[in-house]
Amino acid sequence: MIEAAEIKPEHLLIAPLLIPFAAGVLMLFYDDRRRWLKFGMGLASVLALGVVSWQLIGRADEDAMLRVYLLGNWPVPMGIVLVLDRLSAMMVMLTAVLALPALIYAAAGWQGKGQHFHTLFQFLLFGMNGAFLTGDLFNLFVFFEVMLAASYGLVLHGSGPVRIRAGLHYIAINLTASLLFLIGVALIYGVTGTLNMAQIAHLSRDLGTGQRPLFHAGAAMLGLAFLIKAAIWPLGFWLPRTYDAAASPVAAVMTLMSKVGVYAVLRIALLCFAPGAGESAGFGGAVLMMAGTATMVYGALGVMASERLARHAGHIVLISSGTIIAVTGFTVLGGGARMLAGALFYMIGSTVAASALYLLAEMVERQEPVDEIDESGEPQPAPPDMVRGLEWGPMGLGAVEDSDEPATALPGSIVTVGALFAAIAAVLAGLPPFAGFLGKFTMVSGMFAAASNLGTIPPMVWVFVLVLLASGFAVLVSLLRFGINRFWVETENRPRVLVLEIVPVALLLTGIVLMTFQAEDVTRMTLEAADGLIEGRYAATVMAVHPVDPGATPQMDNGDVAP
Amino acid sequence: MQLILACAIGVLTGSGIWLLLRPRTFQVTCGLSLLAYGVNLFIFGVGRPIVGAPPVLPQGGFDDTLAYADPVPQALVLTAIVISFATTALFLVVLLAARSATGTDHVDGKERHR
Repeated sequence: MIEAAEIKPEHLLIAPLLIPFAAGVLMLFYDDRRRWLKFGMGLASVLALGVVSWQLIGRADEDAMLRVYLLGNWPVPMGIVLVLDRLSAMMVMLTAVLALPALIYAAAGWQGKGQHFHTLFQFLLFGMNGAFLTGDLFNLFVFFEVMLAASYGLVLHGSGPVRIRAGLHYIAINLTASLLFLIGVALIYGVTGTLNMAQIAHLSRDLGTGQRPLFHAGAAMLGLAFLIKAAIWPLGFWLPRTYDAAASPVAAVMTLMSKVGVYAVLRIALLCFAPGAGESAGFGGAVLMMAGTATMVYGALGVMASERLARHAGHIVLISSGTIIAVTGFTVLGGGARMLAGALFYMIGSTVAASALYLLAEMVERQEPVDEIDESGEPQPAPPDMVRGLEWGPMGLGAVEDSDEPATALPGSIVTVGALFAAIAAVLAGLPPFAGFLGKFTMVSGMFAAASNLGTIPPMVWVFVLVLLASGFAVLVSLLRFGINRFWVETENRPRVLVLEIVPVALLLTGIVLMTFQAEDVTRMTLEAADGLIEGRYAATVMAVHPVDPGATPQMDNGDVAP
Repeated sequence: MQLILACAIGVLTGSGIWLLLRPRTFQVTCGLSLLAYGVNLFIFGVGRPIVGAPPVLPQGGFDDTLAYADPVPQALVLTAIVISFATTALFLVVLLAARSATGTDHVDGKERHR
């Protein structure tokens, strides 16, 4: 019999899934016109997620333990597991951190531009958290689909031909990627007979010679699917366009969605092909390394060629994903934990900053009269081809002074927006005071430290470091150019900005500043996360977990297993 | 049976990919559906299908594993069918929206003039 007393601390692990799911379902019972009520629910859900993820990150970091949650108390290879290690805890935390500002920003106007925004938003969080926490390959697919299904709706939020066109491509590409994902899962199941990621990692160590190529083919198909979602060159041309077309709070959360693909690559590659993985060690490392570096080059060229801030942001997301994928490739080939730790640090900083840039982009480029913000407005206020044309700058429309604006307009809004823009640009370019610099520095120094053990520094390391620095420079140059053209001109076109829109960007920036001040702690944490990933602690721990014996004493602590 | 299954998967996937690369949105939808069928059959195929064997074990466990079909791929296929069905339906809605918003059924929203 199930008793109330059975709710134990281990059950916290499933909270990041249940909270947004329950909130999203609950919202469906209310009419769409009560959007402030829905916003309140969404806010409560996101705040609760923040608290839970803070707790989880504390537990994951506590004492090198891995938390495993057996759904339905089934024994490990049979049932579905949720696994919490430092990496997944960090990603769940990042989800909550990005969701809060995007939600607040959406409250300033976007929430009223279409139906079911808040429900879809919660389901998106549900899918992302699930993808980060699951320890089962097929469930990873299911959570990917949950996340993508929500994102299809969110990309189309606000409607209009531009969004529909971009959304059509986005959906077609992602459906195809999902099918590739399924082929990969099927191949791996055919070879190993399991879907549990830890058991796959175990079994892949001693496959027969006839089975290994099939296993590699399956992993490569999976990798292809993940790389499409992570928008790695040459599979990622859809990203800047889609994110540009999407509403800005949606794009802000979706910066993390591309990182779900990166996370999956990181997880699978280091589980099955890490340096200690026997015969399969190093599989795919070279491809990841090259593709990641190529993505950085493409992103750097793209960011310089962009005219509009949202396009800049899209290419910056590409650079950030490419960097981490390349570092994953190096790690699989034996690059060491320090470099990976730097990459994880950089990933947090750059994702938060890119998200802030998306929020800022809409404010900065706001050319339309203020009616755009009104809730009563048409979903699509101006012909997009005119707003989205090349013509921006001082000749824009003068700000129309409306008296019935929904919140106070900031005086000197351009100063505030400009200052935030400058700070975000510094983070993204990797300039010294901020998190971007620290991440890149750790990455490069770790890379050289690992290379110096070899005696000679491989040419690919030089190429990567050069591309990393050059891409940072490209981001700096193009954002500076944009800033000069936009903020240092005499213009009557002051962006009308609401406090409700400035606060989220400031929140994200505060997060980055906090992270910079706490850099020592964060670096230690990412270092331990990287260590755990490379040593393969994950697989061993998950396989050692036993189900709770219902007749046993309630003190039996199945969730915590020392490695 | 293996040959028939393999041919079916190949034909479905091949036609699916061909249709996916066509410029009309409806062709793309059909292509995605065919691809999904091919992939579903493929998942079914990797479970080493046996004719006339139940996927449910008798009480007391089994003694001959070859007398039973693997239930996991069947469960996976079921999930995959539901998901691809739902996403195809969604794609159809977007297709219709795109048709009415852009006035053409070209995937890029405009005809290519030669």
